[in-house]
Amino acid sequence: MIPPKFAYRRAGSAEEAVSLLAEYGDEAKILAGGHSLLPLMKLRLAQPEFLIDIGRVHELSYIRGEADHIAVGALTRYHDLEHSELLAAELPLLAHASGKVGDPQVRHRGTIGGSIAHGESASDVPAVVLALDGTLVVSGPSGVREIPSSEFFLGPFETVLEPDELLTEIRLPRPASPGWSFQKLTSRAIDWAIVAVAVQGSSVGLVNMGSTPLRATATERALADGASITDAAARAAEGTSPFADRNASPEYRKHLARVLVRRGLEEAAGRAG
Amino acid sequence: MSIVGTRVVRTEDPRLLTTGAQYLEDLRLPELQGAAYATFVRSPMAHARITGIDVSAALDEPGVVAVLTADDLDDIPESPPGREPLLAKDVVRFVGEPVAIVLTEEHYQGEDAAELVSVDYDELPAVVGVQQALTDETLLFPDKGTNVLSRGGAKEFDDEAFADCEVVVERTIVNQRVAAAPLEVRAAAARWADDRLTLWSSTQNVHGVRDELTGKLGLDKKAVRVIAPDVGGGFGAKIGADRETVVVGWAARRTGRPVRWVETRNENLMAMSQGRAQLHTITIGGSRDGRVQAYRLDIVQDCGGYVRMGGMLPHLTMLMASGVYDLPRVETAFRSVVTNTTPIGAYRGAGRPEATAAIERAMDLFAAEIGMDAAEVRRRNFVAPDKFPFTTPTGATYDTGEYAKALDTVLEAAGYDELRAEQRRRRERDDPIQLGIGVSAYVEITGGGPDAGETARVSVHPDGTVTVWTGSSPHGQGHATAWAMLVQDELGIPMDRITVRHGDTDVLTEGVGTFGSRSLQIGGTAVRNAAVEIKERARELAAEEMEADPADLVLDLESGTWTVRGVPGRGVPWAQLAERAGPEGLSADTTFATDQSTFPFGAHVAVVEVDMETGRPRLVRHVSVDDAGPVVNPILAEGQRHGGIAQGAAQALFEEVSYDEYGNPVTATLLDYTFISAAELPSFELVPMETPTSVNPLGVKGIGEAGTIGSTPAVQSAVVDALGHLGVRHIDMPASPERVWTAINEARTAQ
Ligand SMILES: Cc1cc2nc3c(=O)[nH]c(=O)nc-3n(C[C@H](O)[C@H](O)[C@H](O)COP(=O)(O)OP(=O)(O)OC[C@H]3O[C@@H](n4cnc5c(N)ncnc54)[C@H](O)[C@@H]3O)c2cc1C
Repeated sequence: MIPPKFAYRRAGSAEEAVSLLAEYGDEAKILAGGHSLLPLMKLRLAQPEFLIDIGRVHELSYIRGEADHIAVGALTRYHDLEHSELLAAELPLLAHASGKVGDPQVRHRGTIGGSIAHGESASDVPAVVLALDGTLVVSGPSGVREIPSSEFFLGPFETVLEPDELLTEIRLPRPASPGWSFQKLTSRAIDWAIVAVAVQGSSVGLVNMGSTPLRATATERALADGASITDAAARAAEGTSPFADRNASPEYRKHLARVLVRRGLEEAAGRAG
Repeated sequence: MSIVGTRVVRTEDPRLLTTGAQYLEDLRLPELQGAAYATFVRSPMAHARITGIDVSAALDEPGVVAVLTADDLDDIPESPPGREPLLAKDVVRFVGEPVAIVLTEEHYQGEDAAELVSVDYDELPAVVGVQQALTDETLLFPDKGTNVLSRGGAKEFDDEAFADCEVVVERTIVNQRVAAAPLEVRAAAARWADDRLTLWSSTQNVHGVRDELTGKLGLDKKAVRVIAPDVGGGFGAKIGADRETVVVGWAARRTGRPVRWVETRNENLMAMSQGRAQLHTITIGGSRDGRVQAYRLDIVQDCGGYVRMGGMLPHLTMLMASGVYDLPRVETAFRSVVTNTTPIGAYRGAGRPEATAAIERAMDLFAAEIGMDAAEVRRRNFVAPDKFPFTTPTGATYDTGEYAKALDTVLEAAGYDELRAEQRRRRERDDPIQLGIGVSAYVEITGGGPDAGETARVSVHPDGTVTVWTGSSPHGQGHATAWAMLVQDELGIPMDRITVRHGDTDVLTEGVGTFGSRSLQIGGTAVRNAAVEIKERARELAAEEMEADPADLVLDLESGTWTVRGVPGRGVPWAQLAERAGPEGLSADTTFATDQSTFPFGAHVAVVEVDMETGRPRLVRHVSVDDAGPVVNPILAEGQRHGGIAQGAAQALFEEVSYDEYGNPVTATLLDYTFISAAELPSFELVPMETPTSVNPLGVKGIGEAGTIGSTPAVQSAVVDALGHLGVRHIDMPASPERVWTAINEARTAQ
């Protein structure tokens, strides 16, 4: 439970973080809230040689309403997302889902950028960003690039982020349809989702249904073709290959996806009025 | 008015909540200055032969003071073959087994150095689970010729026992392995000086630790002093000295340097003794009018890699097999097997919860089979109140009990009939959230036994204050509050002048400790008896002082002064008598021991809601009667019940230590080992009931484990009951959402 030796640098700005990343390259890791990285280091499952701490780069912590989207800084903590008035009014799905992550301590430390960059399919917020058709803004030695969330996640703990790139901003278009829902099934209150479902209008994101966060594409297609909620939800697990673990078999996860998607769509439809 | 029985707020808490406790790792003692930190090198394999250990790379690491292995244990008695060694020598038998100890200048250096100790392992097939152990295909101790290291009870079952029964139900059920996971993990510190070992241990019994150290290190009893600072929970798993603790003591002597050790949570979940781990085959038979005629319990105990208490626990399970019921025939037998997993020890209830879980499941299965209400079946089989003392077919003699009253009281408090009506309504409308009602009745055994005494010393000082030394060993229970209340009640000296101390073998050289719900009835009685003795001494002294006949002296409990009966005026205060007592002071040492155990009992009702689509169960109400005789302090007793109920519900719903097929633990972090939190629990509804015992002068029984024993079967039963209308009769613990969902599916398919 004591990590191996590492060097530590604290970045004063996003720019400095990017140049430190360029300097230390492959052996470096960004430290944001530390709530995914530090446990892995303590178990010695991650052994980075350099940590670049962006924890005090306040310029990366914000929630702003722009003309056609909401912009969220990568270092914004769950707690701030959960309690943002702007999000409550314009993107309640993100605020609500953030309030369902872990416990209050986790939410005071964990960041939206860390959650996305970590690329764990059991995380809640990545599937929300996916359902919202978010765009990820990334800075690297060669400048800034914008990546659609649909192209960002590659596999377990794997994203298109290069080792020398910093995730700086998450852009979320204002949703066309106001109905939303977040359905998370856990065993205990503090647990990660066995399966969770994020719904915005007729977009559906899935948590823990495979090696990356997913969209329930078959459901979405069925809805577009005019299927009922029940029929569309019955297709929620199509094309997914969830893991087996101590909590659940793949069959159970698929069943849960169908149930939670139906509940989510119903709740979203109810909210849309 | 007597303070006993009142809600006195815990005197421990202001310190614990402000300046904080002094747990082992908090100790900053001059004696431990310059201590080296111990880190254990642990086996990553469940079963392997050690073919070589190379410590040279680790010795070159900065800060490394020493790296010691089994080969270095040449200055102490050899551990008998087949027994758990201090450090693994030839074979490792579970993941996490200590193989070497690394001492470093700084704590943080330990893990890096431990990684550099290179151990060559020749992997052997791992035995995981009792079924595999019973095949004897792979043996943990080949010399023994079998993995079944002990057996007992009936040599052969008599099927005639069930021949006359109209209905017989048989089922194999799992009482899964759980982890104690105390908030304070295991820790020890040791110093060797002037030919004496001083060892600080996070333990439930300093005297037991001392005796193990003297035996294993070959030291004289006088050469060992064991001290317990504040201890952050134990749950049975901190009874005695674990092998790491002994090695820490040994290493301090070997290196001539103080050594301190605290394990990580990860190590705790791999190497601290775990609990339960029994497989039961239950057979129950009786008539359709609800009378049970015969009950059989066949136990397979998983001991883990070495036999710690795994050989003993099934005896307790067998002893308590028939529970609160008056059963004409009871048959029990057990086999204890070794497997390549963490060794099993005592865990809150230790053998008794397993007995209750089995018989209560059996009663439910029987009730379902004959179509009778679960509460009614129980009522028809209880031991009647006029039968006490009652000796069971398995040889336990219950002191006192009011089982039907306990059940009726809890049913009434729960509103049982209305709950059943609500359940019917939900079933009729096919509600997506079904209601389950679980009922359990239990009796358990606490306290006494052949060498189950406890010591106490009460001293009144010339400044009017009192020091109480107790052989009990509190680690969260609140003994300091309760013992002071008992002393105030006897002496009339207010609690705030009474200090309760424990945990130093140099002060009280004999004692037993805190476990098995024994403290109040044995340790508390010892304290009370010491106070009574002091009172008699004081009477003599006061008589001298006032030149009166001792028989005429009365102690005024309100003012804490002695007066002569019928003579008005100022009395003699305690301080004056302590002064008068001279250099020896006014002090009494006592030992209280009794052969007779006490048998606390009770009944629980759990109400569970099950989401029929996802299978997720939720405990929505828990009502309990836990009768452990008169209550000295309701706050403390309720605290024990709260914790117990939570822990028991956790076994029913969430907790399970598991291993993969290679014997790797997959629940070795608190992310994976899912213990319960307040968010999963309703507010408990605790119903008072007090039936005294005559076994001790306080009339009390033990309350420490009762909640755990009663709640597990009630909660499990409630989950099953929610699906009863589908024909579901049993779901193994923990009743996880997926298990419940699977049970629903299977039942629907079968219909
Ligand atoms: C007890 C507990 C319970 C939890 N429960 C949940 C839960 O229910 N749901 C859930 O979704 N999560 C849960 N989490 C995880 C939590 O949400 C994490 O905080 C989050 O996933 C990672 O965010 P972080 O800021 O802590 O990232 P860190 O741990 O600091 O970093 C994670 C990874 O992302 C990289 N990284 C971080 N920020 C950036 C960036 N701006 N650019 C590039 N790379 C970056 C790091 O290098 C690292 O590899 C839980 C964690 C704990 C400890």
